Amino acid sequence: MQFLKTLGVTALFVASAGVAQAGETLDAVKAKGFVQCGVSQGLPGFSNPDDQGDWTGLDVDFCRAMAAAVLGDAEAVKFTPLSAKVRFTALTSGEVDVLSRNTTWTMSRDTDFGEFVGVNYYDGQGFMVPKSLGVASATELSGAAVCTNTGTTTELNVADYFRANKMDYTVVAFEKADEVVAAYDAGRCDVYTTDRSGLAAQRTKLSKPDDHVVLPEIISKEPLGPLVRHGDNEWGDIARWSLNCMINAEEMGVSSANVADMATSTNPAIKRLVGAEGDLGSKIGLDNAFCGNIIASVGNYAESYERNVGPDTPLKLERGVNALWSQGGVLYAAPMR
Amino acid sequence: MANNPTSSSGAASLWRDPDKRAILYQVIVVALIIWFVGSIISNTATNMEDRGLASGFGFLKTSAGFGIISTPLISYSEGSSYGVVFLVGLVNTIIMAFVGCVLALFLGFFVGIARLSKNWLVQKIATAYIELFRNVPLLLQILFWYSAVLKPLPGPRSLYEAGQKVSLSLNNRGLIFAEPIGQAGMGTVWWALLGGVILAFIVRWWAKHRQMKTGKQFPIFWTAVALIVAMPLVVYFVLGSPMDFVPAEMTRFALKGGVTIIPEFIALLLALVVYTAAFIAEIVRAGIQSVSHGQTEAASALGIKPNHRMRLVVVPQAMRVIVPPLTSQFLNLTKNSSLATAIAYPDLFSVFAGTTLNQTGQAVEIMAMTLAVYLTLSLLTSGFMNWYNSRIKLVER
Amino acid sequence: MAINEYSGVVNAGDLPDKPAPMRTEGIVAWIRDNLFNGVFNSVLSLVALAFLLYTIPPALNWLVFSANWTGGADACRANPDAACWPFVTARWEQFLYGFYEKSERWRIDILLAILAFGIVWLAIEKMPLKKYMAIFMLVIFPVLAFYMMFGTESALKGIDSTLAAHAASGEFAPLDPLRKLLRIPFAAADLKTVETSQWGGFTLTLVIALSGIVASLPLGVLLALGRRSKMKIISLLSTIFIEFWRGIPLVAVLFMATIMFPLFLPKGVHFDQLLRAVIGVALFASAYMAEVVRGGLQAIDKGQYEGSMALGLPYTKMMRLIIMPQALKIVIPGIVNTFIGLFKDTTLVLIIALFDLLGIVQASIADPNWSIKSVPYTGYAFVAIVFWICCYAMAIYSRRIEEKLHTGHKR
Repeated sequence: MQFLKTLGVTALFVASAGVAQAGETLDAVKAKGFVQCGVSQGLPGFSNPDDQGDWTGLDVDFCRAMAAAVLGDAEAVKFTPLSAKVRFTALTSGEVDVLSRNTTWTMSRDTDFGEFVGVNYYDGQGFMVPKSLGVASATELSGAAVCTNTGTTTELNVADYFRANKMDYTVVAFEKADEVVAAYDAGRCDVYTTDRSGLAAQRTKLSKPDDHVVLPEIISKEPLGPLVRHGDNEWGDIARWSLNCMINAEEMGVSSANVADMATSTNPAIKRLVGAEGDLGSKIGLDNAFCGNIIASVGNYAESYERNVGPDTPLKLERGVNALWSQGGVLYAAPMR
Repeated sequence: MANNPTSSSGAASLWRDPDKRAILYQVIVVALIIWFVGSIISNTATNMEDRGLASGFGFLKTSAGFGIISTPLISYSEGSSYGVVFLVGLVNTIIMAFVGCVLALFLGFFVGIARLSKNWLVQKIATAYIELFRNVPLLLQILFWYSAVLKPLPGPRSLYEAGQKVSLSLNNRGLIFAEPIGQAGMGTVWWALLGGVILAFIVRWWAKHRQMKTGKQFPIFWTAVALIVAMPLVVYFVLGSPMDFVPAEMTRFALKGGVTIIPEFIALLLALVVYTAAFIAEIVRAGIQSVSHGQTEAASALGIKPNHRMRLVVVPQAMRVIVPPLTSQFLNLTKNSSLATAIAYPDLFSVFAGTTLNQTGQAVEIMAMTLAVYLTLSLLTSGFMNWYNSRIKLVER
Repeated sequence: MAINEYSGVVNAGDLPDKPAPMRTEGIVAWIRDNLFNGVFNSVLSLVALAFLLYTIPPALNWLVFSANWTGGADACRANPDAACWPFVTARWEQFLYGFYEKSERWRIDILLAILAFGIVWLAIEKMPLKKYMAIFMLVIFPVLAFYMMFGTESALKGIDSTLAAHAASGEFAPLDPLRKLLRIPFAAADLKTVETSQWGGFTLTLVIALSGIVASLPLGVLLALGRRSKMKIISLLSTIFIEFWRGIPLVAVLFMATIMFPLFLPKGVHFDQLLRAVIGVALFASAYMAEVVRGGLQAIDKGQYEGSMALGLPYTKMMRLIIMPQALKIVIPGIVNTFIGLFKDTTLVLIIALFDLLGIVQASIADPNWSIKSVPYTGYAFVAIVFWICCYAMAIYSRRIEEKLHTGHKR
């Protein structure tokens, strides 16, 4: 009987825990005191657990930014590692509050699975080949064996590309990025294809990274961004403006180093950004200093970029198309006013 | 029971009468199950509607749009439908399961007998083999074999010049050999083969019959070899070799044409066979040991030669102990082939329950089809093994 | 004369010395008897020897002799053609605890200690009070482990608020005393909540395997009884259930537990992902367990059933007091073997994004600071060794019991 009682009470507890999660996302997050964020199972530069179990990366920084915005504490976030296959289900079922997992924004995903709130990395699919192959362009790849990831847009793009160019190919599609790299490194394929940022990240794992070259062709647009569930516009706004906050901060030259002094800035736009003026935060149910909190604890977009994927990291990615619009890139955040 | 005077009142009689009680229990259980299954179905339907998930099997006609590395027996291109993807996965799974079961059986028997060898070294190696491979997760072994197959093999570009014709090659793109293409007259050869097989069965039946009656033996094995192998070969050469072998040709990157057995197949097969054979070996050992020593001694006393003793006395009796657990191992191998997804072998679980599911999102239909396939394969395997088991089982008085 | 008479029979002088009999002791004799007693065996031995020479030295060399034992990533990078053990030493805490909060890891330590103590107690033959220890390990320990691992903080909150709500609404007024009662032990040790998403590493492997086996045992017994039941429908349903779970791959089960489980539940009801995986594993294992138990039930002599029925024992008492104690004893090896299979199969949860031992090693391999050729192999070798030690130990235990039970003839 003792056992039955325990069981019954446990069942009650399970049910109650379930019911508590329903409701408006912001209220639920405030009540539980942390943001549940869906990330990848380990992609260096975007979301990767280090040897202490602490998550780092561009996507992780976005999660932390949301935590800083909502709860004022960038550490008040819990990460759920998700495979490419299960990521959308995890979001729609409510297992995570936000999905920040280098996910390509496509129309069918935006309509079927959730609401993309912006782009935190503009990517494109590229090819990597061994230098010894003597290939200078992807158009020479007819007959090649191509290693790629299954369950991604990459697999479909490569099929489209080779068919459009009337080239033969053999595709070897693996479930995990690490498996693709290992197979490519072992000579299973002539070509490795994925997002160019992924090529840079995975290249570090090859036995002789310098023997491989990334071809100039970019065969697809891959705008990677975070997304939230359909139907909770307030939460979507919070996510959208947390991202815009980081980009606008870079544009205005506000960084974690100087954000404390910016409250007394003479520029009204900056004062609005950090919450010293206006009521932007309260419009989305947050503290007016939400953006200041983000900048203080996570930094602006440039800081996050340099810290995670920039030229000084193992990924060595130049800003390129991800530079601000004013510096030749396409990063263009709506103004915060 | 019904006449029992103590069980006259309604509710009490229901409870005290074992037969009625059994009916009551069963009604309750059935009602619970109907309620449970019903609520799952209704929940699923409601949830799918709420989330705007598509339902139905219409997606099977949609074109897939992705490439598959190996599509034996079925012609597939990116424009093919998801229904064809399902067939490709099904064929790949069945091939893997069948070849795997046959090879695992042979290796398992070999190791199981080696485990009982009088040669100390051989016996210890067999023991070490069993203990090593039985106790390490299969997933790890698959990863190990994949790299063990890929790493040492050279790339095709280091072996051949562009334009070179190659009839047989083993490189890190797989085992590639010339493609046989039948010409006019090849049909006769196939008929000859079929006829040979049928004749061999007839001869076997006749020889057994004669041996039962007269005790005279007939060289069945060699006759069968002559009928099944030699006869079609003779027909083949008489007709002037009506089959072309088209070699593969080296292109810039890899060999084109020919028949390719991909390294993923080889690695997965090795992993499944080596893993399952370790279990089968233990089953075989236990089976052989279960045959009473008296049987062996009696056979020796009758002057039966050692290898006949094994084949005619020990193994047939051991089979009765071996077959039931062997069935489970075959089922396990079939199910374990779904781990192919780790190394890009395009089995049913990988291309259909994986890629197709991810693209269409129709989880319920796809998983239902996938599970139905695995259950059918299990039932077929069990059915066959049960039939075999009933044939060899001890005929008791 | 006498000599001549017998000259044909008796030798005149000493016989030439016969060669000394072959030694039957010592290494040379042993080798001859066991390895080279015939042409076939000699060939076999040579082949086996060549095989060993070809495989063992390079493997040992890679794993031990030229492996990197000290230093960090740089030492391994300098010598990439041998195992890189610093990778394991640098990360072993993560391999053991996963991402479990550092300040709370002592809770796992205590549980592991209790677990080890309990297992040793049960494995040693002559230990007293084994029955109570088994009940403790199978019933009390899992509950204790759940609260220790998860933390009592939110459990208390959850139960308390649920019960309070019911009590306040007057629905279940009698539950109020229960609520107060439950508060006492939890309030005494209010442990911080550690979400299941932070569980990982070898701990998670143990959690899944142990809870799978503990849950599958009673379910398996029920199913086995159901399948042997005289009630046709119950027997049929049990058979269908067992054959269904035995016929589908565990990967598919886990896959459904992740992707499809939310679909089966009414809206608003959520299950923890780990709990779902454990339920899947437990159902899967229960089918195998049922077959093992059924084997045990079949092995019980019919006289035992008839005897207990003749004594007038009702079904439940007959099973509980007479049949099950005997049946469960003889199926212990089978249960252990099922557990070994389950234990190895836990590695499959990495497919559904849970970081078990293999999952966490794979995640660690992805760290660019350790992107060295030897690191993945070292990681996998480490996992293989850990699993091998655990499984082999269990296999030996299972075999020992089997031998103890096996009282028949032996060759």
